[in-house]
Amino acid sequence: MSLLAVRDLHVYLGESHVLQGIEFDVAEGGVTALLGRNGVGKTTTLRALMGLVDRRGSIALEGRELTGTPTHRIVRRGVGYVPEDRDVFAGLTVQENLRLAERDADPRYDLVYDLFPELKQRARQLAGTLSGGQQQMVAIARALLNENRVLLVDEPTKGLAPLLVTQVADVLARVSELTTVLLVEQNLGVVQRVARDAVVLDTGRVVHIGPAQELLADRAMVHRMLGVGHAA
Amino acid sequence: MTRLRSLAVPVVVLVVLALVPKLTVDIPYVFQGSIDTPGTLQLLALCLVFGGVAMTYDLLFGYTGLLSFGHALYFAVGVYLVAVSLTRWHWSFAEGVLFSVAVGAALAVVLGVVSLRVGGIAFAMVTLAFAQAGSILALKNPFGWTGGEEGLGTDYTRLPAAFVGIFNTKNLYWLALGYAALVFVVVRWAVGSSPGHVWQAIRENELRVQVLGLRPHGYKLLSFVLASTLATLGGVVYVLLLGGATPDVTGANFTLTLLIMVVIGGTGTKWGALVGGVLYTWANQRLGDASSSHAVSSLPSVLRTPLGQPLFVLGVLFILVVFFLPGGIARSGRLRSALSGISTKRTEAPAVPVER
Amino acid sequence: MTTFVLLTITGVGLGALYFLIASGLSLIYGLMGVLNFAHGAFLTVGAFGMWFVESKLGGLSVLPRFLVASLAGLVVGGVFAALVELFLIRPLYRRHIEQVLVTVGLGLATVALVTAVWGNDARPVAYPGWLSRASTVAGAHVPNVSYLLIVVALLVLASLTLFLKYTRYGLIIRAGVENRAMVTALGIDVRKAFTLVFAIGGTAAALAGVLGNVYFTTADPNRGTSLLIFAFIVVVIGGLGSLRGTAVASVVVGLVQQFANYYASSGLGDLSVVLLLGLVLLARPRGLSGSFA
Repeated sequence: MSLLAVRDLHVYLGESHVLQGIEFDVAEGGVTALLGRNGVGKTTTLRALMGLVDRRGSIALEGRELTGTPTHRIVRRGVGYVPEDRDVFAGLTVQENLRLAERDADPRYDLVYDLFPELKQRARQLAGTLSGGQQQMVAIARALLNENRVLLVDEPTKGLAPLLVTQVADVLARVSELTTVLLVEQNLGVVQRVARDAVVLDTGRVVHIGPAQELLADRAMVHRMLGVGHAA
Repeated sequence: MTRLRSLAVPVVVLVVLALVPKLTVDIPYVFQGSIDTPGTLQLLALCLVFGGVAMTYDLLFGYTGLLSFGHALYFAVGVYLVAVSLTRWHWSFAEGVLFSVAVGAALAVVLGVVSLRVGGIAFAMVTLAFAQAGSILALKNPFGWTGGEEGLGTDYTRLPAAFVGIFNTKNLYWLALGYAALVFVVVRWAVGSSPGHVWQAIRENELRVQVLGLRPHGYKLLSFVLASTLATLGGVVYVLLLGGATPDVTGANFTLTLLIMVVIGGTGTKWGALVGGVLYTWANQRLGDASSSHAVSSLPSVLRTPLGQPLFVLGVLFILVVFFLPGGIARSGRLRSALSGISTKRTEAPAVPVER
Repeated sequence: MTTFVLLTITGVGLGALYFLIASGLSLIYGLMGVLNFAHGAFLTVGAFGMWFVESKLGGLSVLPRFLVASLAGLVVGGVFAALVELFLIRPLYRRHIEQVLVTVGLGLATVALVTAVWGNDARPVAYPGWLSRASTVAGAHVPNVSYLLIVVALLVLASLTLFLKYTRYGLIIRAGVENRAMVTALGIDVRKAFTLVFAIGGTAAALAGVLGNVYFTTADPNRGTSLLIFAFIVVVIGGLGSLRGTAVASVVVGLVQQFANYYASSGLGDLSVVLLLGLVLLARPRGLSGSFA
C-alpha cells in the first residue's frame, strides 16, 4: 500500500477545470517530485491534498480517506505543508511562528535548530523582516517540528540565490531520510539531487510517472514535458 | 418569439395591477378591506414604491456588485426636497419635483466619484458615512426647514388636485405602479445593454474586466448614478403617497431593509427585488395590523409580544431565508437544478467584495 | 483653558466608549472577515441585562447592586455572542456574504425583541452617586463617569493586548488575522478561535452597554444601533483587525466629536466624524494603520 494514493482528483477554480482527474501514488520514504510547466496545476494539487480548495475524488493517506476532511484534521493525521511563497506570519516573531506550529507533545526543536541554527539566533525577530531565504527556513522548520507521515513542499527554492538553493536542497535531502516528501519544484538541479520518483503534470492531467533519474536523463522528454526548465 | 414571450408576463402583470382599483375583490387575511378601498390601495402603492426602490438597489448590488450602505440618502433627497421646496420655499409642484431629481442625480455624481475611489468594505463605509451625514442634517433641522425628528408635512395646496384627498388614492396607486413599471423597464434595459454586461462582469471579477482593457470606474459610476437617481424619483412618489417627510427614511436602517428586500427576493434576478420589496412592505404593514388583531392578542404573551413587533418577525424570517433559501425566492425553483451540479453563473449569488 | 481640559477629558471618555464596542468589531472582522451588524445588539443585550437584574435587586444598596447588575450584563452579553457564533455564524463557515446578512437580520430582530418586551423608551438606571457628579481638574468640572470610562477602556486594552501577546489563543488570533488559511494548514481548528473572539467582542460590547447606561443615565434599545455606526467608522478609520489602530481612532473620533459639537454646533460633531471617515478613506483606503487583509 502506498503512503498517499490519489485517484480521480478534480478541482474547479471558478469556471476553470484546473485538475482533470489526477491519479498518482506516493511511495513511502524519499522524495517524489511533482513536475510540470507553469500553470499546469502543481500547486493546486498540493492545495487539494491539504483541503485548501474544494475537491472531488479520492485522496487516501495510508488507506484512510482524506477528501471531506477539513484541513486542520488532515494536518493532524500527519501531513506537513510548506507552501509556495512561504506564508510565514510577518507580524509574529520567528519563535512565535514556530510555537504556533507545535502540535505534538514533544516538538523536535533539536532537529530544527540543528538544521537551521540561524533561527535560534533570530528567535525574537519579526518574521516579516527576514530575508526570503530565512523565511524559507522558518516555513520548512514549521513543518519539521512535528513528526509527519508526509511533507508537501511547494517550490522551496523559488526566488532564492544559488547558494541558498544548494542549502535548501541539502536540507531536503536530510529531511527525506526522516519523512516522505512530495516536492513541487521547477529547479531540475534540485530534483536531480533529491528526487527518487517523478510525477509529471500537463494541463491538469498526469502525463508521466516514473523514476526521477530516468526522466531527467532523457533530454528530449524533459524538453517536451517541462519546457525550457532551469538547467542543472 | 422568445422576446415576445419574455414581454408577455410583465405586460400581463402590469395590466392586472392597473385594473386593481376598479375591482371590488376581498382577499381575507391578505388585505384588510377589498382591494379597491383607499386603505388597501395605499398599502399596495407603498409596496410598489418600495418594490421599485428595491429594484434600484438590486441594480447597484445585485448586478454591479457594489455593496452600498447609503442608498437611503438618495431616496431621502427625493422625499425631503419635494416637501421642503413645496412647503417652506413655496415652489410649484413641477419645480419641486424637477429640483429634487436634479439634486439627486447631481449628488450621486459627486458622491459617486468620491466613494468609488475605494472599493469593498471601504466603499460600503463611505456610502454609510454620507447617508449618516444626510440623516444628521435632516434631524438638525437647518433653518427650520426639515422639521427635525417630527418631519415635515407637504403643503397639499401646492400639489396637483389629482393627488390630494383620500378618494384620489387610486391615482397615487397608479402613480406608484407607473414608477415601479418605469424602474422595471429601465433596469431590464440597462442590464441587458452593453454597459449592463460590463456591470455583471465587474461583479464577478473586476480584475478580469481591467485586464480586458476596460476601465471599471466609469461603468460603476454609471450604475451608481442611475440607481441613485431612480431612487430619488421613488422618494418623490413616496412623499406624495405619505403626504410628508420623516427622518426614518434617511437612516442606515432603511438601506438595510432594502438589502433584506433584495436578498429575500433574490439578487440579480428579473423579479427578485420587486417581489422582495412588495413582500417585505406588505408583511411589515400586515404584521403590525395583526398584532392588534384578535387572533394574536389571544396568544400567550410569550408568543404575542415578539410577534407584535414586525421587525422581529421579519428579522427572523430573513435569517431563515439566508439559511435555507440563500438564492432568494426568485431562485428557489432553480435550486434543485443548481444542486445537481449544473452550474449556471447567473444563479450564483453575487460575490460581495468582502472576501479575503 | 478649562473648556479645553473638559472637552479633552470627555472626548477621550467618549472615545473610550467607542473603543469598547469597536475593539470587538475589529477583531471579529480581522479574524473572520465578518462585518458583524449584530454587534449593536450585543451592546443592547448587555445594557438591558444590567437594567433588568438591577431592577430585581431593589433590596441591596447602590454599589453592590450596580456591580452585580453590571457583571450580569457582561455575562449575558458574552454568552449571547458566543451562542450567536455557534449557532448562526459557524454553520455558514466560508460563506461570508451570508454571515454578514445573518448578522443584519439578527441585529434588527434583537432590538425589535427588546423593544417588544420593554418598550421603545429609555429606562432610567441606578448607579453610585459618585458617577453622576463631577470633579474639578485644572479648573474644569469633569463628569466622573468619564474617568470610569477611560480607566475601564485602558484595562480592556491592556488585557486584550496581554491576551493576544502571551496566550496560545492570542497567538492563533494574531496569526489568523494575517492569514487564516495558513493557520488551519498548521493543524489548528480556527473555529474555536472564532467563537472565542465573538465571546470577547460580545463581552466588550456588553461592557459598553453597561457603561453607556451610566454615561447616558438610561438604558435605551436604540442606542446600540446608533453607536454601532460610530463603531464601524472607528474601526474603518483605525484599520480593520488592528487593535492599536482601533484604540487610536477611538480617541481621535471621540475628541473630534466633542470639540466640533462644542465649537461649531451640536450635531456638527457627528457630521465631522463622518467627514473624517470620508477623508481618511480617500487618503488611505486601508485605514490609518494600513492593516487590511
